Formats: sequence, C-alpha cells, structure tokens
Amino acid sequence: MMDLKNLTISKARKLLDSKEISAIELAEYYLKNIEAKNEELNVYLEVYDDVRNQAEAAQKIIDAGNLKALTGIPLAIKDNILIKGRKVSAASKILENYRATYTATAVQKILDQGGVFLGRTNMDEFAMGGSTENSAFGVTKNPHDPERVAGGSSGGSAAAVAANMALGALGTDTGGSVREPAAFCGVVGLKPTYGAVSRYGLTAMGSSLDCIGPITKTVDDAEIIFNIIKGRDEMDSTSISPPAPSYTKRGSEKTKIGVPYHILEQEGISKEVKENFDESIKKLKDLNFEIVDIKLPNIDKSLAVYYIVMPAEVSSNMARYDGIKYGLSVDGENLLDVYKKTRGEGFGKEVRRRIILGTYVLSSGYYDAYYGNAMRARKVLGEEFANAFKEVDAILTPTISAPAWKMGEKTTPLEEYLADIFTVTANIVGCPAISLPSGLTSNNLPLGVQLMAPHMSENILFEIGKKFLGE
Amino acid sequence: MISKDEIKKLADLARIGVEDEEAEDLAGEIDAILGYVKLIQQFHPDEALSKISAEEGSSVINILREDTNPNESGAYTEAILKEMPNTEKGFLKVKKIL
Repeated sequence: MMDLKNLTISKARKLLDSKEISAIELAEYYLKNIEAKNEELNVYLEVYDDVRNQAEAAQKIIDAGNLKALTGIPLAIKDNILIKGRKVSAASKILENYRATYTATAVQKILDQGGVFLGRTNMDEFAMGGSTENSAFGVTKNPHDPERVAGGSSGGSAAAVAANMALGALGTDTGGSVREPAAFCGVVGLKPTYGAVSRYGLTAMGSSLDCIGPITKTVDDAEIIFNIIKGRDEMDSTSISPPAPSYTKRGSEKTKIGVPYHILEQEGISKEVKENFDESIKKLKDLNFEIVDIKLPNIDKSLAVYYIVMPAEVSSNMARYDGIKYGLSVDGENLLDVYKKTRGEGFGKEVRRRIILGTYVLSSGYYDAYYGNAMRARKVLGEEFANAFKEVDAILTPTISAPAWKMGEKTTPLEEYLADIFTVTANIVGCPAISLPSGLTSNNLPLGVQLMAPHMSENILFEIGKKFLGE
Repeated sequence: MISKDEIKKLADLARIGVEDEEAEDLAGEIDAILGYVKLIQQFHPDEALSKISAEEGSSVINILREDTNPNESGAYTEAILKEMPNTEKGFLKVKKIL
C-alpha cells in the first residue's frame, strides 16, 4: 500500500476519485494507526464501531459518481458535538453515558456528503481548559513529545490530525481551543467568524464566544471543511449567511499585515516564541506582504474581559445539568439535595470553579464592576479592531506564548488562563482567526502564528496562510 | 479577599455541593483570578460609552423565529424520555416538591 503519512484531504480526494484507493482502505489505515497509538496518546474517547460501514456507504457514493468534497474522508469529532444516537460526553462524568437525541448542523452537512467519522476525541471537560488535563477521562499526550500536553480544549482533535489518527477533525473554539492545540501539535486550526458555522448541536460553554472550526494539516484542507460546514441555520439564531467576501484588495497595493508589536513586550512570552515570530514576519516580507506596526491600545484588557464574560456565560449554560432531565443523577434526600450532589460529583474541579466564578461576577453587588465593565471593554475592543482593519488586511500575532507544557507543570488556574493571552481577542470581537504551524523549537516542539481578519473574511486567512505554508 | 463562607454561599446559589476543604482552595484560586480580572475596573472608556449598559455593550442581535409550525406532538418524546434518569408512564419523575 502507498505511503499515506503525508496525505491531505485534497490529495485523498484525488486518490479516492481515481480509485487508486477505496474509502474502506483509507478508513482502515486510520483505524490501524488509532489502534497502534491510542493507548499511549489517549486521543479518542471512543472509536465508533461502524467506521467500516460508513466507509462502505461512502464508497457506494463514489462508485455511483455522486461524490462531494468530503465523501469517504475519515474525520475525528470533538466530544462536544452531537451525532444522533451516538454517545457524547463533553469529557464529563455528568454526561458519561449520554446519547445525543439530535445531530449538529455542522456534522449533518458532512454526513450529507458521505464523510466518515472515526470517533470522538478527548477534550477538557465542557471545553474548559487549554491542555485536556481537565478531561474526566485522562490527559491527551502530545504526539511530538508524550511527556507534554497536546493543548486544549480540542487537544484530542489536534493530536489526532498530527499523529495520522484522522485526516482532519472538528474542534470548538471559545477562547483559543482550536488554535492553541493546533499550534502545540504543529497543525492548522481555524476559528471561523462568530456565527459563520451553526452552533446547533454544540454543547454550549460561552454562547457569545463558541465556534466550531476545523483542524487540519493544510490551510487548503481547513478551507475545504469550512466551506462545507458554514452557513446560516434556522436552528441557530446567531448564525449568519455568508455575504459576498468583504475583502477587496486595495487596488494594486500589497496585502498589508498589521503587527501589534507592543503586545509582545508583556511578560511571559518565551524567547523562542519571539524569535520564531520575527522569522515568521521576515518570511511574510519575503513573500511580498507589507508588514505594518499597529496599535491596539486596549488589547491588554482582552484576557480580563474573557475571564469575566466566559464564566458568566458558563454559570448560566451549566444550569441545565441538574440530574433531572438527562445525564448523571445522584440520589439525595430532596430535590435540592439531588441538584447539589449531582452537580458536585458530576462536574470536575475546573467546571465547578468557573460556575462559581461566574456566579460571583454576575451577583448583584459586583455585576457592573465586572460584567458591565467587561462588556463595555468588549465593545471598545471591537471598535479598535474595526479601525485597525481599515488600515490592514490582517493582524498577525504568535498563537501561543510558549510551546506545549509538561503534564502537571501548571499548578494554578490563573497560570493556565494566561496561556490564552493571544487567542481570546478573536472570540471577544468575533473575528475569524487561524493558527499556522511556524516551525519548531530547539527541542523539536511545534510553534504557531495566528492571523486574524475582518468578520466573514476567512478568505484572507486562507490566501495568506497558503502562501505562508508554501501550498 | 473572598472568604470561605462566601464561596459556600455562591456554591449554594449555583446548586453545587462543595466540601469545606475545597471551599478553602476555591477561595484562594478565585481570589487570584479576581485579582487579575480586576484590571477591567481601571478601564475608563469615553464618557458616552461609560453610560451605556452592559447589555447595550453587546452588538449581538438575537433573531427569533415566528412561533408557528409546532412539532407533531410526541415526535421526540420517546428519544428524550430515554435519556431521563427517572421516568414513570411516559412522565419525568422528580422528588416531592411541596
């Protein structure tokens, strides 16, 4: 059999279409890799038992000549996106045995094309974390160094793509949960514009921030998946229909990339990240992009805004897990006792922490000082970005402030939160952002750079990203 | 400094059972997080913006559908009942409330 190690979705498409490989052979290649590596890396929480049937069905579509972009393409799905009849736990004890009663719109669009889902991938519980160390089912290890985390919360999805345990994957991104693990694992991760992809069937965490996005080996592959899952959905009132791309080149001018150099002066950014970032800028200049120094005066407030708005939304979204309607139910003396026991035992520590934090920032005496100020700052940040995008086509930052950390290295929640410093802003303002692999540290750990673009201008990210990666 | 008792009260409001020892840990951790996010209180936007409420600060617009075309009665009942921890004769069963 041919070497499939460097396969991409677009290459696989050609092999499937020309019948050089069957959908069944392709699925079996990934199943074999999963079998060989999953015990060590803990990437999949469940490998579906009907993958061969799915692949056979896909092959029939191919044989009938009705194939689409993802027909027969083996993908992984994060454990917080619903497929009707299949288990989906959000890596939480509270949903351990829950089976979805409906299918997420993004998934349905892939299933309609005959895409093959291999299994559901590990994550931080309810997507709360940046390392999968908050999963109720153990940490996912980084394929580049199994002593280190794969990142998170979509750590399983990123590791699956990096370790050839899937050809592509769906992740979700609330504050960086697609981009950070993609950077840690040396793959591409796209957080689309807020609303570009329906959230119907995504387990809610921070509803004004959550996005479903692809994790892939190439920008081209991310674009393929994005183009299929995007679109207005009547089941998600915040979803938007794709207008004509808002991006128009400024005549014959070069594409301009803004770099907020001032944010690199803050503490906690590793020397190797800074050096790698400088090299990435040089590479972009060599590719004939114009680099412009820009100022985003309030960007230093982003992380504070995020860690107020997100827990506030978490505290209300998590209220539905009460031991009554579905999921875990722990018996108690009375109804209140059932609630408290179920939620006390069913939620992991980080989830409990964020609910309590959210309850605090929303409580009457503190509401305006925290949530009120955060929402005003959110609006100002949105305006700052809108102004910046009048001058530049995209904004470049590192994705991460340091490469993947060792398991157990971060000892306080705040320490882990600070790792989101570059990624949260795109969620706060709702703009699209992509993480691109940008090389390795001296220890061979992957690094990433992040590009952000105006709302609904994913096409800018794809255009610059492809050139950056030489696609 | 947020106290252990405050944490217990917040946990009660959020319907989460928390042991004494954990409440102690949580007080320290949440205090550190609040210490960081407090920097938002030094944020002074211009006059006009500081007057708008938190809700107006959001540019997200909700689009509700018309309240028409309901599902056929019972179409989803069985699937949803199947996921309920306690049922009886097609009803969700809960503890005595009153």
